[in-house]
Amino acid sequence: MWPLIKLIPTKTKVPFVSLSRLFATLSILAAIATVGGVFYPGLNLGIDFKGGTVVEFNTGAKPADLGRVRGVVNGLNLGDVQVQRFGADNDAVVRFQTPPGADAGAVAGKVKAAISQALGQVTFSRTDVVGPEVSGELMQKGILALLTAIGLMLIYIWFRFELQFGLGAVVALFHDLTLSFGLILLLRLEFSLNLIAALLTIIGYSMNDTVVVFDRLRENRRKYKRMPLRDLIDLSVNETLSRTVITGLTALLALSGLAVFGGESLRPLSIVLLFGIVIGTYSSIYVASPIVLLWGVRRDDEPAKPIGPQPANFVSRP
Amino acid sequence: MLALSRWKILLVLASALFGLIFTLPNLLPDNVLETVPAWLPHDRLSLGLDLRGGSYLLMEVDTNALNQERLTNLTEDVRTKLRVAQINFDSLGLQGDVVSLHVPDAAQYQQAFKLLSNQIGGQLATGGRDVSIAQKPGQIIEVSYVPQAAKEAAEDAVTRSIEIIRRRIDALGATNPSITRQGANRIVIEAPGESDPERLKAVIGKTAKLTFQLVDTTVTTDDLKAGRIPPDDELLPSDDHYQEAYVVKRRAIVDGGMLTNASAEHDPETGNPDIAFAFNGVGAQRFGETTADNVGKPFAIVIDKRIISAPGIRGPILGGSGVITGNFTEESAHDLALMLKTGALPAPLIVEEQHTVGAELGADAVRAGQISILIGAALILTFIILSYGLFGGFAALALAVNGLMIVGTMSLFHATLTLPGVAGLLLTLAVAVDANVLIYERMRDEVRSGRPAMAAADAGFSRALTTIVDANVTTVVAAVIMFWLGAGPVRGFALTLLIGVLSSVFTAVLITQVLIGWWFRATRAKKLPIV
Repeated sequence: MWPLIKLIPTKTKVPFVSLSRLFATLSILAAIATVGGVFYPGLNLGIDFKGGTVVEFNTGAKPADLGRVRGVVNGLNLGDVQVQRFGADNDAVVRFQTPPGADAGAVAGKVKAAISQALGQVTFSRTDVVGPEVSGELMQKGILALLTAIGLMLIYIWFRFELQFGLGAVVALFHDLTLSFGLILLLRLEFSLNLIAALLTIIGYSMNDTVVVFDRLRENRRKYKRMPLRDLIDLSVNETLSRTVITGLTALLALSGLAVFGGESLRPLSIVLLFGIVIGTYSSIYVASPIVLLWGVRRDDEPAKPIGPQPANFVSRP
Repeated sequence: MLALSRWKILLVLASALFGLIFTLPNLLPDNVLETVPAWLPHDRLSLGLDLRGGSYLLMEVDTNALNQERLTNLTEDVRTKLRVAQINFDSLGLQGDVVSLHVPDAAQYQQAFKLLSNQIGGQLATGGRDVSIAQKPGQIIEVSYVPQAAKEAAEDAVTRSIEIIRRRIDALGATNPSITRQGANRIVIEAPGESDPERLKAVIGKTAKLTFQLVDTTVTTDDLKAGRIPPDDELLPSDDHYQEAYVVKRRAIVDGGMLTNASAEHDPETGNPDIAFAFNGVGAQRFGETTADNVGKPFAIVIDKRIISAPGIRGPILGGSGVITGNFTEESAHDLALMLKTGALPAPLIVEEQHTVGAELGADAVRAGQISILIGAALILTFIILSYGLFGGFAALALAVNGLMIVGTMSLFHATLTLPGVAGLLLTLAVAVDANVLIYERMRDEVRSGRPAMAAADAGFSRALTTIVDANVTTVVAAVIMFWLGAGPVRGFALTLLIGVLSSVFTAVLITQVLIGWWFRATRAKKLPIV
């Protein structure tokens, strides 16, 4: 049957709300695990946030002699120096913290000179140096950016919908951010500025998804004034389901090429984005809407008394 | 909404044309682009350093060193002024950032205060004196800079540094470097291409303050061991092979500011690289007088408080030109001559951040980006056509125009595309499809609730619009925050996302609307192909 859209049943009746208890438990467990993981083993902070130097080099035809590199670099007394292979045999990467008080740029220069001297023909494909002052600022800015984004989203949703919706959306955002951090911890991804960008994008995407569901919820609330909130939520999520699935799949497809062919440096970004799209879709169904249900919605727009013929109230009197 | 007003069609055609014209320079090879008439746009997307290779340097002016130097100069200034006026004083020195001194004679104390009040310090740019002079009990005078002075000095230092850095980089021959000020005391240098970042850093970061100072031969090694260095002297480390350090007079006879020229040359006898220099009138006169008075004594050539060499004066040098010999290589002689010629930096510059990407890695990244975009776009287009059939095809067409518009807009505004920007671009395409998905799903809902095809399609557009706007405002907010957070590549991501979302909503809504309107007119369809 073509086009494919006809394959998706026009009226799904998945009891999303009744499953929410189960998923809420899973989400809470995952969130707890993440919070625990932040304390131990902790985020693998990249040089953007803790300062330091990363030097990537290529030794051409012959494989990189890591032992020799370790030897010469350790001779410079820089403290803890990591020397690792990076992808191919002739690619290696050296990471270290700038010793306190030293000029980070000058130290990086010395290290490169030492490596060139030890290995001969070397091309430096990448050098990243971040001084202590800048890394502190980037950390502050990163946290500030995430909080500002969440705050602005709350205000926007509050303004467009109602406070309860805003809360639901923000809890969903925190949920998405927490679980994304969980993934970053689990895969030991290096936490860099790129990942902050990924997290901000996830915030945007997750909100986008939540707004679509909320929009339908608001509309249905006016349409079916007597329907219990629980059923309203189920109805709205089901009605928007095919859109949710198709958009989610499109976004995943769009980024899949990047995740596979985008290269080593962009892989953390694309992995976190892919995960964020999945989790953002999940959260608008299983986090945002149930919170609204939990909180209840003021239904001021309803008349005090239902219009139309009233069912008779028989009350037995003693 | 499906009524085809003329302005809608014109707008669609105009946007498609705009996208095409401004995207085209990116697709044409260089030799073809040259033949394109001048009135057509030639601007291409500018690639970030991570894509084309190059160096990004964030340098910070060392304001501590700057202040320290200004205070030292102030101290020397006070000393000279009082000596010239033949006022006796003692315990002149720095206490924190205050220059304090004691004048034992009561009459001279008042005289000294008056003299210093009139003659020390200069004017602030904002008006008023840059120093404050106070009398303290016990016949002590304190001189210090006002807070505004430090701020102005730092700003001035950054401005002068940028000028000097520009001259140095130009002399090095780096291609198209961009040098910009960031915040109060930072300078960002972006140099594309294969220039050696370490050499760049060495040339930019070295203060290159040249002074000629007489060596104080009266200080013996015993004095040195006991730490007895006269207050007028200083001990400076040396790079010549004879002595580890020399005691020299603090007062610089001549300095780099008096140079008119410096160039790398070779010693005609040994063939070793050296640096020839020439002084201006004042410099030549002082140099001549000093060399005439001190024949036989060593004269230290000092750069950034390190002694390059301390040759003995063989005879008076009156022409104002000479040669600096030292342990130079070809490159270091060339670079030092360049730095001397372009003048000393007002304060040392510290590298706070450096990102260098080799050209080869950049080329790899471009290839990776191209493949990712091609695959991503192909997957999206296939998927949307498979999902919605003919209407999916309309959406795909809108998406193609969208792509052109994004690239065209970015080329027009010289926006920089970075590797994370490629991720932004791809995500944008998905967001664009989302707008169409919302519209089509709404059409299906409307058909289901019993509307005829045309009315359902119409309602699909008008009723999905609020949702689309609501949903995209959130992405715009996220993008704006990212841009504000903005360090290089992340900024590129944010900008791409921002331009993309705006263009996506426009194309997804308007172009599919016109196409579907045409389709209705052509087929008089009674049924939507997506139901």
